[in-house]
Amino acid sequence: MIKNQARLLQGNEAVVEGAIAAGLKFFAGYPITPSTEIAEQCAAKLPAAGGTFIQMEDEIASMAAVCGASLAGAKSMTATSGPGFSLKQENLGFAVKGEIPCVVVNVQRVGPSTGMPTSPAQGDVMQARWGAHGDHEIVALCPSSVEEAFSLTVEAFNIAEEYRTPVILLMDEVIGHLREKVVLPSKEELVVKEREKPSVPQGEYKPFAMKQGNIPGVPPLAAYGEGYRFHVTGLTHGEDGFPTNNPAIAEKQLKRLNEKISSNKEALVKVEEFHLDDAEIVVFAYGATARSARKAVNDARAQGIKAGMLRPVTIWPFAEDALLKVKAKSPKAVIVAEMNLGQMVLPVKRVMGDSVPVVQVNKLAGQLIEPEEILSAVKEAI
Amino acid sequence: MRLELRLAGEGGQGLITAGIILAEACAEYTDLNVVQTQSYGPESRGGASRADVIISSHEIDYPQVKKPDVLIVLAQEACDKYLPTVKDGGTVIIDTTYVKPVPEAQSQRVKVIEFPVSAKARELGREIVANIVALGLLVETTGIVPKDAVIAAILDRVPKGTEELNKQAFAAGVEAAKAL
Repeated sequence: MIKNQARLLQGNEAVVEGAIAAGLKFFAGYPITPSTEIAEQCAAKLPAAGGTFIQMEDEIASMAAVCGASLAGAKSMTATSGPGFSLKQENLGFAVKGEIPCVVVNVQRVGPSTGMPTSPAQGDVMQARWGAHGDHEIVALCPSSVEEAFSLTVEAFNIAEEYRTPVILLMDEVIGHLREKVVLPSKEELVVKEREKPSVPQGEYKPFAMKQGNIPGVPPLAAYGEGYRFHVTGLTHGEDGFPTNNPAIAEKQLKRLNEKISSNKEALVKVEEFHLDDAEIVVFAYGATARSARKAVNDARAQGIKAGMLRPVTIWPFAEDALLKVKAKSPKAVIVAEMNLGQMVLPVKRVMGDSVPVVQVNKLAGQLIEPEEILSAVKEAI
Repeated sequence: MRLELRLAGEGGQGLITAGIILAEACAEYTDLNVVQTQSYGPESRGGASRADVIISSHEIDYPQVKKPDVLIVLAQEACDKYLPTVKDGGTVIIDTTYVKPVPEAQSQRVKVIEFPVSAKARELGREIVANIVALGLLVETTGIVPKDAVIAAILDRVPKGTEELNKQAFAAGVEAAKAL
């Protein structure tokens, strides 16, 4: 029998396939359920793709190794789950501040602490946003299928490289462990982006220049070992990368650091709009929960209820514009469904204001929210 | 059309592998959509081990099996645990080598197919192919996936030198289902 173009892939495997397709050359990690297959597959496949896999002594060191490898020019990634994600935050903040491109995968499980290692949750949404201290922007993408685990991993690398920033791939256990039929794009179909390198003479290179680069506010990044000597620190620094306490420079540099993301939201924030045109009830759901929400919307439509779904594919920055569009149509309610106690409810309420009621559907049991649970909320709201 | 299948037994009986092979057959050799999930962690240690497969001609939205249309069980504990999950009017295939007859309350609710799956595998040479005998029974009973697609997927996955044994095991399961 002749095989077709499709493959059966697990979400975690698809992340590795996507990472290698995007040019991953360095993985450092400390395997943790339910992300372990990502480390396993990287160990198996990365050497053959010309890359390096290293299992570090812990999560802190693995995030530090990722920063180092990226500064040496290698596209770098680590993968973890809640407890490890907490440990990575310090060096994740360092990557934000040092403007070091990298991808951090968090396959979410039930927390806090070690929680329920093999059970799904979406409890790290706010940790993804604010886990690192200090004012900063972060980009986090949230796949809801195995196909997206692949495509958003590629996207995560592209954003990381283009914007010189860490990008979080915020999965959940359901998608991480789900095996699904996927058709992977060919090399020709894939868009793979590379970081911009400096073109100035070695002595003139400013790694944190205010006004350089193809994207405003994103200075080109040299690779250690290619001749450019430069300094990277977590301390607030000037254009040359050396620490400074100069208030004017600090203010300018920190604004640039935030604005390179916040002023490009239009390019960065992707959503899926499902039956939103005439929707009277809008379900706001992401990750695996969006699979249940899609069924709930289909079932509601079959019963004559005009339901729709807004799915933030990019969970951070927040899909404010898409929600404003929803608000402009004055739906009867927005239902926020998530496997946590309602971490995205306040951001949604902030946009909806007093004019559109916001209803919560939450689950902490380590189980995917069932379509019926969302459907009954839809029926109550109509 | 959406068909939900559950394969369950003890760890080591190869039912997760059988579930993956069935899903690979659908994904790589047919136009059908498919998702596969399985038990992890404490749920998969010691007690019952489970693989779920959803096959559909449409997009599969909700990816989990709640009430399987068809359950195949190769161990008593798995039967006790998962028989009540089978939907009313569904089918349960039990391996009589290890599983006692289904209680009457359940057999009135679901269609029961009995076959000594593991004993048949032993007769063919090695009990390790019981999962493939089970796959043959499941594929013939449901009729949803072409048999040559499943055979191709089996051959993609099994170790070299065991191809014939696995083909025989699959054929034995198919024949058994035809005869019942």
